[in-house]
Amino acid sequence: MSIGRRQFIRAGGAAGGAALLAMPAITRAQSSTIRIGLMTVKTGPLASGGIDMERALVMYLKERNYMLAGRKVELFVGDSAGVPATARTKLQELVEKNKIHVMIGPLDAGSALAVDDYIRAQSLPTLSVAAAEDMTQRKPNPWFVRGTSTSSQCSHAMADYCTKTLKWKRMALIADDIAYGHEMLAGFQRVFEENGGRIVQKFFSPLAVPDYGTYLAQLKTNIDGIFLGFAGSNGFRYLRQFNEYGLSSKVAVVGGMTALDESVLRNMGDEALGILTACWYSAELANPLNKAFAANFRSEFKYDPGFYAAATYVEGAVLETALKSVDGRIEDKVAFMKALRATKAFTVRGPVAFDDHGNVVGDVFIRKVERKEGRLVNTVQYTYPSVSQFWTYPPAEFLKNPVYSRDYPPARNLEP
Amino acid sequence: MTSARRSIAIGVLLLVAALVPLVAGDYYVNLLSQMMIAALLAASLNLLVGYAGLTSLGHASFLGVAAYSSAWLNLHSGLGPLASAPLALLGTLLVAAVFGWIALRASGLGFLMLTLALSQVLWGLAYRWVGVTEGDNGLRGLTRPQPLGLDLDSAAAFYWMALLVVTIALGLIALLVRSPFGAALRGTRDQPRRMSALGYDVWLIRWLTFVMAGFWAGVAGVLYIWYHQYIHPSSLSLQASAEVLLAVIAGGAGTLAGPVVGAVVVVFLKNFVSSYVERWNMLLGIVFLLIVLFLPEGLVPGVKRLLTRLRSGALRP
Amino acid sequence: MFAQLGNANFVVIQTLNSLALGGLLFLLAAGFSLIFGLMRIANLTHGSLFMLGAYLGVTLLSLGVPNLWLAALLAGLATALMGGLFERLVLRRLPGNSQGQVLVTLGVSFIVADLCLMLWGGDPIPIATPAFLRAPLQVAGFVFPTYRLAVIVLAVIVGIGLHALIERTRLGAMIRAGVDDPQMARAVGIPVSRLFTVVFCLGAGIAGAGGVIGGPILSAYAGLDADMLPLALIVVILGGVGSLVGAFVGSFIIGFIYTFGTALLPDLAYVILFLPMIIVIAFRPTGLFGRMSA
Repeated sequence: MSIGRRQFIRAGGAAGGAALLAMPAITRAQSSTIRIGLMTVKTGPLASGGIDMERALVMYLKERNYMLAGRKVELFVGDSAGVPATARTKLQELVEKNKIHVMIGPLDAGSALAVDDYIRAQSLPTLSVAAAEDMTQRKPNPWFVRGTSTSSQCSHAMADYCTKTLKWKRMALIADDIAYGHEMLAGFQRVFEENGGRIVQKFFSPLAVPDYGTYLAQLKTNIDGIFLGFAGSNGFRYLRQFNEYGLSSKVAVVGGMTALDESVLRNMGDEALGILTACWYSAELANPLNKAFAANFRSEFKYDPGFYAAATYVEGAVLETALKSVDGRIEDKVAFMKALRATKAFTVRGPVAFDDHGNVVGDVFIRKVERKEGRLVNTVQYTYPSVSQFWTYPPAEFLKNPVYSRDYPPARNLEP
Repeated sequence: MTSARRSIAIGVLLLVAALVPLVAGDYYVNLLSQMMIAALLAASLNLLVGYAGLTSLGHASFLGVAAYSSAWLNLHSGLGPLASAPLALLGTLLVAAVFGWIALRASGLGFLMLTLALSQVLWGLAYRWVGVTEGDNGLRGLTRPQPLGLDLDSAAAFYWMALLVVTIALGLIALLVRSPFGAALRGTRDQPRRMSALGYDVWLIRWLTFVMAGFWAGVAGVLYIWYHQYIHPSSLSLQASAEVLLAVIAGGAGTLAGPVVGAVVVVFLKNFVSSYVERWNMLLGIVFLLIVLFLPEGLVPGVKRLLTRLRSGALRP
Repeated sequence: MFAQLGNANFVVIQTLNSLALGGLLFLLAAGFSLIFGLMRIANLTHGSLFMLGAYLGVTLLSLGVPNLWLAALLAGLATALMGGLFERLVLRRLPGNSQGQVLVTLGVSFIVADLCLMLWGGDPIPIATPAFLRAPLQVAGFVFPTYRLAVIVLAVIVGIGLHALIERTRLGAMIRAGVDDPQMARAVGIPVSRLFTVVFCLGAGIAGAGGVIGGPILSAYAGLDADMLPLALIVVILGGVGSLVGAFVGSFIIGFIYTFGTALLPDLAYVILFLPMIIVIAFRPTGLFGRMSA
């Protein structure tokens, strides 16, 4: 870590000596260094994804000897513990103390929304991982680009695949009872029903649910399949209990972009085999960049990179491309931000571009869980090229509707 | 310490505190602002935990109610952040009155559980009543007030405002504790039966204390929402309530300075040390463990005891 | 809204679900209730011991311990040992200091949570269901996970065992005396101090073993501790502190409220467990079966 000398002296006076004891040694920051802030989660229940975010970004920077566009870069990491108020505090630290030029992160929607107005006030270029829809839709943040996806960007594609390729007509949906789950299911429902399908059951389970038995007992078995919109360990537990109830032989399962992430598959068994999910990434992607990345990541950490690792690796590539196009002059924020949004890069996820709202337009993959060399992987079955957050709808029309939520679009085909 | 010396010490401390933004960077000023908000919240809980002997595990609720209602009014009623504040505090008072009425049906672990349960119900509401709270997206797009045309957007201006408000609030809490009411309150903690026999309405004293504790937590909540300009259900979670309770106990419940010191230590560990120590959660736990092992009455009374022993030891070698 | 109650399959399966969840909750809460009943310590590390048990189970099974039951026993012994050390070295110094107890038990739960994150990582880890209980039971058109039935049976066995221990043995007689009147117990020569350690070990051990038994349903994951602790508190408060029967009945009541409540009133899912508890305590501060006020 490094702090300018003047700032250090001022700070020392401030803390009256108490804080001083905890100060690490000072190194003088070089004026030519680009300072990147990573806002992630390293403690608490969300830590698994957050640690992968840091590992992959460090890997990206190491591979380039901490040089991007001819300038030395330095990485500062903030741990929000997944608590939005802490994320705001940590971002203030990154901005005010570490003087970062650009932020990558945060991981969760709550944290991203908590720092939204601070990002605007500070004019801080941000490469987000969090999926909150409206940050690139009805309330777009001009300092924001998102190289991952919105909550519904991949579930639109999954719904299309279910109706057109699998020819499914009746489905049930379940997700965590949080905005991410609401948005993902809403997008799925809209496309599925507009393609002629019917959503006959829709469940939202509270975050801290130890037992899904009560939801499994309600699940209809006269449906074509169920879509899982979970994140983190909840999808893992749901699926294991689903199997426990003998439902796997009766109801087919498909999932959203985090439900069967590589990080979940690490500890999964055969019950996951054959499940289809839609995501903008798979460790199995065959492009040369990803082949190298996945192999390196696996050899260093002994497991496949998943959603969160790929997220920061992609954002790293977007950042580098934009920096190159402005010859590394990140200090000119307006020009740099313009360059970020104009970025067209080939990354581990494939080609990446951005729409007018700063959200990525990129490929979405339908993946199938298979066993390969003894471990479970997400094999790519089908590719939806250049998917926008607006799916196939004209953006202006899409934005006239309310944001996706628990109640929008209304579920008209639910059966008692 | 004599009261004159104490007043001088407090005066010097305040003067030093007021000068901090002239020398410190924004980050440190903001850190101190957060410490003050946490200190006020802890001091308000201390009324219950320390002086009434009622351990509440749901105190973040009141911070949350004030912050949410202030934010909602700010966004939907056309009232500015300043005009929203009294209404938000009134709402907090009402919630505290009802919660106190329910929770005080029990004491001990039952009281702790009722406060926990009530706060969990509020937390559930914050998550699920999306029409009002926006669920886990939280309420944002808020502004800081501009009292008398002063712009509180800068770190220093906000800090001075918070210093003023928190100093007044802590002063009033100190007055309350030293008043006859405060003496009666301590009586209900130590000798509830005797107080009853003496004609005191123990229930009423506890209830009034509960409501006042809620009110001051509400003031902390208004400062909180002005500071963060954002509110999320996690701010009134069980973890948030546990954190403020731990700050009170670690610092020394039932002393005026204890909760302030405890809150400062917790915020310092959580927001500052966490940038250097990856396992800061473990460190926080170890700090609590060490406090319990070596200063079981809390930091402030414990250190005082050690100092006294040191002094008397020096007198009699 | 309540149309589902006319559906036989729904009612039967949800009833079994309620019983299974209740059984699991009893394995979680029994130890908490024992400790609180005798020592008046609200052991807020209880959720952490449950989680630690689950993680230890994971490791034991991966090290070649042949079956889940043995793993549960070993994990239970390990957490019992840790609980005993904690009681001897720390809690022992804090008799009657309930605030110090809150501080230290929460502090230790922070340490355990972070330690588990460090040792086992943040990803959820499954615990395999014993092979002979893996296939769901199918009877008369109803399908239900066999393992959950086993959990119900196990909870009943543990309940009866503990009941017998407390009502029929010398140790139990001493515990009962200690619960009813610790000073009197001390006066008649019961080694209350040693008794405290034994009971704390027992409570911690049941929690750890419960974590392993719950493993095939819940898995081991970061946050399991925070998910389980409020449940243990709710059960014990609702049933009445210090009453094993209360903890037993309370577990099953909560099982039913949670399972049917979330299904029939999904909008109340977030508060479904807390509302009934508030009502019960507000009108009956001793809980349903408690002999003393919480």
